[in-house]
Amino acid sequence: MTLMKTILGATATLALSAGAVLADPAIVFDLGGKFDKSFNEAAYNGAERWASETGGSYDEFELSADAQREQVLRRFAEGGNNPIVMAGFSFASALETVAADFPDTKFVIIDMVVDAPNVRSIVFDEHTGSYLVGVMAAMASESGTVSFVGGMDIPLISKFACGYAQGVKDTNPDANVIVNMTGTTPSAWNDPVKGSELTRGQISQGSDVVFAAAGGTGLGVLQTAKDEGILAIGVDSNQNHLQPGSVLTSMVKRVDNAVYESFTAGEGVEPGFAAMGLANEGVGPAFDDSNAPLVTDEMKAAVEEAKAKIIAGDIVVHDYMSDESCPSL
Amino acid sequence: MDFMTLIAIFDSTLRYATPLLLACLAGLYSERAGVVDIGLEGKMLGAAFVTGGVAYVTGSIWLGLLAGTAASIALSLIHGVASITYHGDQLISGVAINFLAAGLSIVIASAWFGLGGRTPSLPPEARFQNINLPLADTLQNVPILGPIYSELISGHTILVYVALLAVPVTWAVLFRTRFGLRLRAAGENPGAVDTAGVSVVRLRYYAILIAGLLCGLAGAYLADFAANFVKDMTAGRGFIALAALIFAKWRPWQAMGTCLLFGFLSAAAPYLENKSFMGIEVASQFIDALPYILTVIILAGFVGKAIPPRAGGQPYVKEQ
Repeated sequence: MTLMKTILGATATLALSAGAVLADPAIVFDLGGKFDKSFNEAAYNGAERWASETGGSYDEFELSADAQREQVLRRFAEGGNNPIVMAGFSFASALETVAADFPDTKFVIIDMVVDAPNVRSIVFDEHTGSYLVGVMAAMASESGTVSFVGGMDIPLISKFACGYAQGVKDTNPDANVIVNMTGTTPSAWNDPVKGSELTRGQISQGSDVVFAAAGGTGLGVLQTAKDEGILAIGVDSNQNHLQPGSVLTSMVKRVDNAVYESFTAGEGVEPGFAAMGLANEGVGPAFDDSNAPLVTDEMKAAVEEAKAKIIAGDIVVHDYMSDESCPSL
Repeated sequence: MDFMTLIAIFDSTLRYATPLLLACLAGLYSERAGVVDIGLEGKMLGAAFVTGGVAYVTGSIWLGLLAGTAASIALSLIHGVASITYHGDQLISGVAINFLAAGLSIVIASAWFGLGGRTPSLPPEARFQNINLPLADTLQNVPILGPIYSELISGHTILVYVALLAVPVTWAVLFRTRFGLRLRAAGENPGAVDTAGVSVVRLRYYAILIAGLLCGLAGAYLADFAANFVKDMTAGRGFIALAALIFAKWRPWQAMGTCLLFGFLSAAAPYLENKSFMGIEVASQFIDALPYILTVIILAGFVGKAIPPRAGGQPYVKEQ
């Protein structure tokens, strides 16, 4: 009994003192897991960069089920973590309830807008970044047919597809863009076999550049592109190194920057809405050693030109999510 | 739609159908012996993970296949011990297998490779090679039959041919051997089998061992095809295989037909997307759902009647 009391007492003291000292930031990764070579990994890299530069520490959690979203947000908020960053649009509904209960805690949600006085919503202009890789795809394609493999059929993924198609058609008006979605359930993010099969289907229809915005399914797309000798375009993180020599570029979303900046701002993170676009290097194609042999100087010049025009407003890239339609497809 | 597109679709059909067919035959053995097997999905997933991991570490897909199949058989045995030896509910133990495989594969993969529940990509030499059948190149230019032989029939990995061969073998085993007769009897009237002095328990164990083996091949096929294991990569194929089993009314040749049909639906869907036929636009979501819709129609008794093995789902308890 006494032993029990001591243990309980010790735990309570620990919990209390931890609550007082701890104002570390926290990050929650979405279901893909933090080493998905894609979205979550980018978020993780941002957090790690902050930790190594400032010497600070942060708490993290990888979801393994949908039901944990609200639970983990509450646990971090009660534990005194501030700010709490969550990577993924799926946190929106959980955050709406939790944010109201912890008005003194700052939350940052990436890829979604949640309107609350203590929430910062960071969204990316995926359509403009996709436009630029579309320009590259059109220039790299010899057959005049390029394609797109999406993960789950949701508006966000159509936003990628639509920007990509516009970039392709503005560069080569005669080009043909094939768009396939993997499925309509969350399993569509983790079906590399189907991703591979869709890619083969697109190849048989003439495609020689394929852009995958499909999470784990995209790994199958990149693999098949390599096996069949065509070019692929990765997404979210820089995926150029996954299959060197066959990944033309990656449409990078600087999720790492979003996380890094939120962690750096700490408790003073500003609530409201923030867009990461071309102007602030939030999105864009990735260039590194792995894809250097595939990228020509003309491509780089064309990308720079299109980028400048988009920033200046001379090219308006259609945002699928604004009206749920795509004029380029 | 030209001829070569059709060939490409049928080619893709075969590849889609292979894991379904292997899992469906696994279910066939198991259910014909009276053990309902809802854990096909989990066994495939477990096998896919172990195959991916072991093939990467050893650099040999054959060792991966062996280990993956062993993992699948081990899961089968858990199902067997729970539902055959200890008379547990077969559905519950099957569901447990699915959860077990989904959870364990991610946890072990994370600890093993630190890639968040994924295994590293397999290099080309650690994957099955495509088998080019004799004369495939010479006959390529023969009109019609040439492409059918060289593109469609030749040039798949070995597991595709194994799956197709498993169909006549299954038919022969189940309907032309004494073992098959007894196995089917264990699923229809286990009391009679017991009276004849044959052990129902042993027959049912044989059946689930064969099921484990076939699920292992299906899982290995997935891991080899994608060149790595990704969490939850079976993506519901085990359940589609169960649907196919019902659709085929628990018969091997029909199982092959059904799996090819379901494979064809998946293969043709991307070609139909964003295209309209005679003014009707076919939604790809509808095609994705079609296997389930067809199964419900069959189960509802509109097209013939699907009668499962009579003693299916009931643990056999010897009369004292």
